[in-house]
Amino acid sequence: MSTPTNRVIVDPITRIEGHLRIEAETDADGRIIRASSAGTMVRGIELILRGRDPRDAWAFTQRICGVCTLVHGIASVRAVEDALKYDIPANAQLIRNLMIGAQFVHDHVMHFYHLHALDWVDVVSALKADPKATSALAQSISGYAKSSPGYFSDVQKKLKGFVEGGQLGIFANGYWGNPGYKLPPEANLMAVAHYFDALAWQRNVAQLHAIFGGKNPHPNFVVGGVPCAISIHPEGQGASSGTTSLNVEGLQKVQDIIHQMRDFVDQVYVPDTLAIAGFYKDWFKLGEGIGNFMSYGDFPEKGMSDASSFLIPSGVILNRDLSIIHPVDLNAEDQIQEYVAHSWYDYSVGKNKGLHPYVGETNLDYTGPKPPYAQLDVEQSYSWIKSPRWKGHAVEVGPLARVLILYARGHEQTRELVGMTLKKLDLPVTALYSTLGRTAARTLESKIIADAMQTWYDNLIANIKAGDVKTFNEKLWEPSSWPSTAKGVGYTEAPRGALAHWIIIKDGKIDNYQAVVPSTWNAGPRDEEGQEGPYEAALKGTQLHDPKQPLEILRTIHSFDPCIACAVHVTDPEGEELIKVKIR
Amino acid sequence: MNESDTLGASLVRSGVSRRSFLKFCTAMASLMALPPGAAYAMADALSRAQRQSVIWLSFQECTGCVESLTRSFDPTLEQMIFEMISLDYQETLQAASGEAAELARVEAMKSSYGKYLLIVDGSIPTKDGGVYSTVAGVSNYDRLIEMAKGAAAIVAVGTCSSYGGIPHANPNPTGAVSVSDIIKDKPVMNVPGCPPIPSVIAGTLAYFVTYGKLPELDHIGRPKVFYADTIHDRCYRRPFYDQGKFAKTFDDEGARNGWCLYELGCKGPTTYNACATIKWNGGVSYPIESGHGCLGCSEPNFWDNGSFYRPLSTPLASNTHIIAAGTLGGIAAGVVAAGLSRKHQTHIGEEK
Repeated sequence: MSTPTNRVIVDPITRIEGHLRIEAETDADGRIIRASSAGTMVRGIELILRGRDPRDAWAFTQRICGVCTLVHGIASVRAVEDALKYDIPANAQLIRNLMIGAQFVHDHVMHFYHLHALDWVDVVSALKADPKATSALAQSISGYAKSSPGYFSDVQKKLKGFVEGGQLGIFANGYWGNPGYKLPPEANLMAVAHYFDALAWQRNVAQLHAIFGGKNPHPNFVVGGVPCAISIHPEGQGASSGTTSLNVEGLQKVQDIIHQMRDFVDQVYVPDTLAIAGFYKDWFKLGEGIGNFMSYGDFPEKGMSDASSFLIPSGVILNRDLSIIHPVDLNAEDQIQEYVAHSWYDYSVGKNKGLHPYVGETNLDYTGPKPPYAQLDVEQSYSWIKSPRWKGHAVEVGPLARVLILYARGHEQTRELVGMTLKKLDLPVTALYSTLGRTAARTLESKIIADAMQTWYDNLIANIKAGDVKTFNEKLWEPSSWPSTAKGVGYTEAPRGALAHWIIIKDGKIDNYQAVVPSTWNAGPRDEEGQEGPYEAALKGTQLHDPKQPLEILRTIHSFDPCIACAVHVTDPEGEELIKVKIR
Repeated sequence: MNESDTLGASLVRSGVSRRSFLKFCTAMASLMALPPGAAYAMADALSRAQRQSVIWLSFQECTGCVESLTRSFDPTLEQMIFEMISLDYQETLQAASGEAAELARVEAMKSSYGKYLLIVDGSIPTKDGGVYSTVAGVSNYDRLIEMAKGAAAIVAVGTCSSYGGIPHANPNPTGAVSVSDIIKDKPVMNVPGCPPIPSVIAGTLAYFVTYGKLPELDHIGRPKVFYADTIHDRCYRRPFYDQGKFAKTFDDEGARNGWCLYELGCKGPTTYNACATIKWNGGVSYPIESGHGCLGCSEPNFWDNGSFYRPLSTPLASNTHIIAAGTLGGIAAGVVAAGLSRKHQTHIGEEK
């Protein structure tokens, strides 16, 4: 074990979802030689699911995460529908696309401004900015209306009052003044202004989920379609009729929100990403990670059974080789497997074996130090996150994986956007394999998805105008209509990457349930062969300026947009001894 | 920290006018259904003091509760954390990580000892020495005990910290419990919901900031003002229930006409929350308005009460105060109107 003097421990990693700890071993010059990623919280939601009504599963799994809220709901209803061969109406498909799309853009913008930005933006430096020069900067990169000197002067005044008041709240003890911050004061002030604008914007965007799903976070779903009936009657309404939120007014509101989404992405998010990235071009060479990428694909135009109609295609890229896209089969037992060699679980077949999710098992088996502890023994098990592998390979999932697969497949808009970005920043394609490449990919796919929202909306309206208001298929709603056993997999592309749920149904109840989620792929620990997870690989070689201010670790980890509550799971199909604890 | 500085002085420096400040206080007072004049009391309280220190601890949670707070329209999250409170530790939003974050927590605890408000989201795993959730190597249990000592009061935000929530659902693999299962010597307020309505979180914070104490609580620790009525009692679909008009499936004529969702398993009749009055996301909808029955997500043990689609089997109490279908809009308007009591809000609703 390394001596504590060259181990940098960051716990909690803040500005993420959940509880993540990074232990980085550094050489004498402060360069990371090995990093270990540990998820430190577990709830056991999959265990809780066993024996319950499969139609209820979406509500439970959705509570895996309240940030990427809805993605587990979607994966869950799709898993049940796959198991039962249960078709959903075209309108339900479009509404789900709109809801997933809104989640993507909402989540990505909030990640950029509220979770990631403070890695690049020095809030205190913004106080030194000249509002007039800030205005000139803002107007030089975008036509966004809020760009007058007076606007930036007001924001600066507000910030000044806040800082001089002495109660810094969420900005307390930030790494302000660290030489790693490279933005001029004017760019900092512009970014701080947009931090506030994005907070206001995201409230409006979340309303789209409330209209279709009743609330956000945690909008409602239903197996077999969507729950919200369309309150527009081709034949006219009776005098005593009530309505749902999905009436003429609600649909108009959805249209307004789509406009707001596209405007903000085009006028603020994309230009800000390019402007900020321009000051940190060295971060397009750092933080690559594994070099393997995977997507399951999503946004069907013609239903989940026709993968060729997906906006985002599926596939695997190995070793940066964009010339070969390997197909992914979620049902093949030799493709996706989870390992627990360095995780606090045990397998009945031995701790070094991999298991496909259908036969997956997980017994909580804590062998770490008794809390409170100073450091983990990273030679042994050190995380509640498992290590999933595709045909034995660690793969990165998320925006960079999707953009690379779209790019490799020749998707026109992606080619244009990537080309524009690289040209503006004067960088080669290989710059994408990096910390800021990941961040830029997130921005670019937000534009692709925000633009697609309009098409889905137009198609929904066209269906309604043609008299099709069907949103739910009641055919297989009653469990009495189901086969005695069934199994299926539901998948989606979540904002953070490829997500799938595997379900086994027996006599109308959940017999086994397993979720393998994006942050499990990205945040998992080393496997039995010592192969690192993507976070760990991306941190290797990073030079720390000051171990007390681990800004460099935060930049790379945040570029993945961690969601740690998602990453941790528990299943045990045998229902035997579920929990063993050995305190070291 | 400048001890003599006040929020009033800080707001003036920040360019916030007295008028807009009062407007903010009025909205908050209205939300809490406080009597006329409360807005001035709140403005006064806020102007005199430093911003209330708030330390927010996240345990076995999904971050849905803090996400919900970011969706608050009136007041906005910005108004709350830059004008009303000083959010001195909150892992999802704070700039500092690791040691620097821990230092911020300890400094806030020391400088406001006995005065800070402690917010907790997420349940606390108690099995096996608390190994199932740690932050900075410390179990959630130990951290809660440590931080509760210096707190003026504790607010459990969300059903997990209020009643155990989903981690506590059968078979409760990690021995998850609520805050009030552990802390017995401090005032604890439960603000349940999965997640809670943002205005409800904000309203209860505003009350504490104004009066320095928790509002009146019911028998399971909830602020009475938001949790006194069932969703069914206040539901805009209630008249259809009374007429015996029920949706039988999710897109039949009844569903499209906004009929009652009782037969699709709606738990509104047994769920005490303000969803039907305050509504969600700036008042655009709430679950029943969007066609899905209420899950009952603010009730203790709602995860273990049987399928969400099984109709309630217990007979309902007869209706004592039928409210017209238009009530909803009236109450939503009442939220932003100045100084209205709950009674007045209902009255306006009935006039519509």
